[in-house]
Amino acid sequence: MFYREAGQFKTSYSADQALLPIKQDRIGLALILVTAFVLIPMFGTSFFLSSIMIPFLVFALAAVGLNILTGFAGQLSLGTGAFMGVGAYSCYKLTTYFPDVNIIILIMASGIFSALIGVVFGLPSLRIKGLYLAITTLAAQFFLEWCFNRIGWLYNDNPSGAIEVPQRLLFGVPITGPEAIPEVRYLVILTIVAVMTLLAANVLRGRIGRSWMMIRDMDIAAELMGIRPLRAKLSAFAFSSYYCGVAGALMVFCWIGSAEVETFDINHSFLILFMVIIGGLGSLTGCFMGAAFIWVLPVLIRSVPSALGIDMLAATTEHINNIVIGCLIIFFLIVEPHGLARLWQIGKEKLRNWPYPYAN
Amino acid sequence: MLGPRLRGDDSNERKICLNTINVPVYGTRCSNLEEQMSKTILSKALIPSLAAVVGLAAFAPIAQAEDTMYMPSMSYRTGPFAGGGTPFADGYADYFNMLNERDGGIGGVKIIVEECETGYNTQKGVECYEATKDKGALAYSPLSTGITLALIPKSSVDEIPVLSMGYGLSAAAQGEQFPWTFVYPTTYWNQMSSILKYIDSNGGIKGKKIGFIYLDVGYGKEPIPLLDSLSEKMGFEVAKFPVGGKEMQNQSAQWLNVRKERPDWMIMWGWGAMNPAAVKEAVRNRYPLDRFIGNWWAGSHNDLKAIGKTGKGYLAANFTGIGQEFGAVQDILKHVVEKGNSKVASADDVGNVLYNRGMFNAVVLAEAITVAQAMTGKTAITGADMRVGLENIKLDQARLKALGLENFTGDVIGDCADHEGAGSIFLQQWNGEDWERMTDLIEPMNDTVRPLLEEAAAEYVSDKPDFTSQRCR
Repeated sequence: MFYREAGQFKTSYSADQALLPIKQDRIGLALILVTAFVLIPMFGTSFFLSSIMIPFLVFALAAVGLNILTGFAGQLSLGTGAFMGVGAYSCYKLTTYFPDVNIIILIMASGIFSALIGVVFGLPSLRIKGLYLAITTLAAQFFLEWCFNRIGWLYNDNPSGAIEVPQRLLFGVPITGPEAIPEVRYLVILTIVAVMTLLAANVLRGRIGRSWMMIRDMDIAAELMGIRPLRAKLSAFAFSSYYCGVAGALMVFCWIGSAEVETFDINHSFLILFMVIIGGLGSLTGCFMGAAFIWVLPVLIRSVPSALGIDMLAATTEHINNIVIGCLIIFFLIVEPHGLARLWQIGKEKLRNWPYPYAN
Repeated sequence: MLGPRLRGDDSNERKICLNTINVPVYGTRCSNLEEQMSKTILSKALIPSLAAVVGLAAFAPIAQAEDTMYMPSMSYRTGPFAGGGTPFADGYADYFNMLNERDGGIGGVKIIVEECETGYNTQKGVECYEATKDKGALAYSPLSTGITLALIPKSSVDEIPVLSMGYGLSAAAQGEQFPWTFVYPTTYWNQMSSILKYIDSNGGIKGKKIGFIYLDVGYGKEPIPLLDSLSEKMGFEVAKFPVGGKEMQNQSAQWLNVRKERPDWMIMWGWGAMNPAAVKEAVRNRYPLDRFIGNWWAGSHNDLKAIGKTGKGYLAANFTGIGQEFGAVQDILKHVVEKGNSKVASADDVGNVLYNRGMFNAVVLAEAITVAQAMTGKTAITGADMRVGLENIKLDQARLKALGLENFTGDVIGDCADHEGAGSIFLQQWNGEDWERMTDLIEPMNDTVRPLLEEAAAEYVSDKPDFTSQRCR
């Protein structure tokens, strides 16, 4: 009834090819952006911003990165955590060498190193597929973890083996380090995530994105139709790792403030992979839904007992949390194996047809 | 005695007590309270950023009510290290609950202990910090090197001190560079020097080969710079055997190397499942267990109970007493455990190594509250007061006896520049069923370690020009 494109006529090619051709979608997105950019920083508490929104955005960006590779280009990767680590460590080295360069530039530049490493570890994808490729990306994970642990140069020979974020300013306002207030860090991350998601959305529906999807759906057919697998697969690895690298740099610089090798271990890779699978492979909206499901929901569940006034042991809450999240994952994947994004899409379809579900 | 009087409910009595505090009780460096306070204020005024924050703090709402103080407990009862985290969290909570039951809190103010589950995960730990800091948290004991490193820079901004008791950043012992971080009673580096001293007094260390087996993460690597520098000074050789986090339970490769290298002594920096696996491997490789010394995280009941008799003779460092025969532990049994208010699985778990260490963590914090109350004259103190309390802590044997902890640990006496106290440890030995204290307190080689600590502290701060520091002299 409310969500229907009837009466919205397109009079030009550009209008027809717009990112969001339906007016209601544009209004919805505008509302989300206003909420995210204005209302949340205005009314959100410090805890909400720094422990819910900031991690959510960081994970969503990493999930976008992995989804590009796994969901759109069909290359299964278990090395996301390590690629995020490359971004974080290279940003740390860059800001050590160039302390006066704006940290935003360095964060964006650190993704380039991650992309290069991603391309190197993407080379085996030209010969192997599926689970076999997952094993080689697993090798990337272990090898890079070893580097973060063993190469003292990467963490400036810190005796604890950790990297610690120095304070950096943007227009005179601290955006990294302990003095940076959550509102500022949130807005910085939000801007980067919004811009990069927009970029991803446009790349994915363009020539490059289509070549990835062709490779995913049937690589031999794609090759016969003139797609070069070398270029398509490696560009997917580069693009995806770039996103992961930026997410990793943001995670350390604007969220946690320090990192050691365990921060980027295999569990971290799995966490992102779960987000992508729950959210929906091959969907950008799904990345955000998956990140919210895996990160935000547990935080909310944790706050339920105290909100209800039940005195419960923190560990018990944690166990309940694991049970609830586990059950929900199974439930959602049984109901819709293609993830939350597919559920959302079905919901939208139903709305468009309502109240005539037999219309098409 | 100060303790019982401070705990009195009568506020007049407390005031009298305040006015009489002087040299014998707290005046380690200053002659009286006023001078101490003025010095504190002066040192704060030297640092513009701090002064600004003090101004802000005046406007910040005091989150806790007057009659309670809030003490967060970062625990990990879930995850791979839950076996070690659970007894620690029990001891921590039980001691504060005992004070609430027995004395009605500290200085008449009840302590509310709230646990937040970190699962030994840095991200969750930071989340716990963000969730609890605005509730009027007095101090954090993060219980993980990763979380400690993340909280150290935040502590000065939010004005909540961090007490990483014998873990975290060794350099934080330097109070001038790290005004908000405390590592009582000692650091990893001091511990290592004490262990080496023990080896030296048992047949000499010169010309010997020391094997160092460690968990290959930040925690395990922490003492390596000290070990390297002491090996030159004391004339011994070091062979290092890193154990990756994923191979904790299967160390056959490392122990094959141990057999090849034939070290005279072995020292271990292990945690969790790594410890029992290492002791088992040592037995399998016929390495003499009385020449195998674990650090204080590699010598708990959890580690050795599963091995039992096989592990007989294994040594480990410790800084807290073992067993239930201490007055404070008896009080916990009487006021908390027997009333069913403890989370321990059975009363037998009270008094084991990690339980007592968790309790001692609470003892140090409780003592800091007592000191802070005495110095500020407030009953419900803030994080900034807590910092002053921690800095002026004086747990000598007389005070420990008054707390029911005679011979529990060495003296812990802090001051502005020294945030680790005196820092002695002792060695304990596994007799097949239980841990037995084996040596007297072994003092660290302060003259060697201290300059290295100061160097490391200066290096930590060198790339952070805005890091809050203080001047002590």
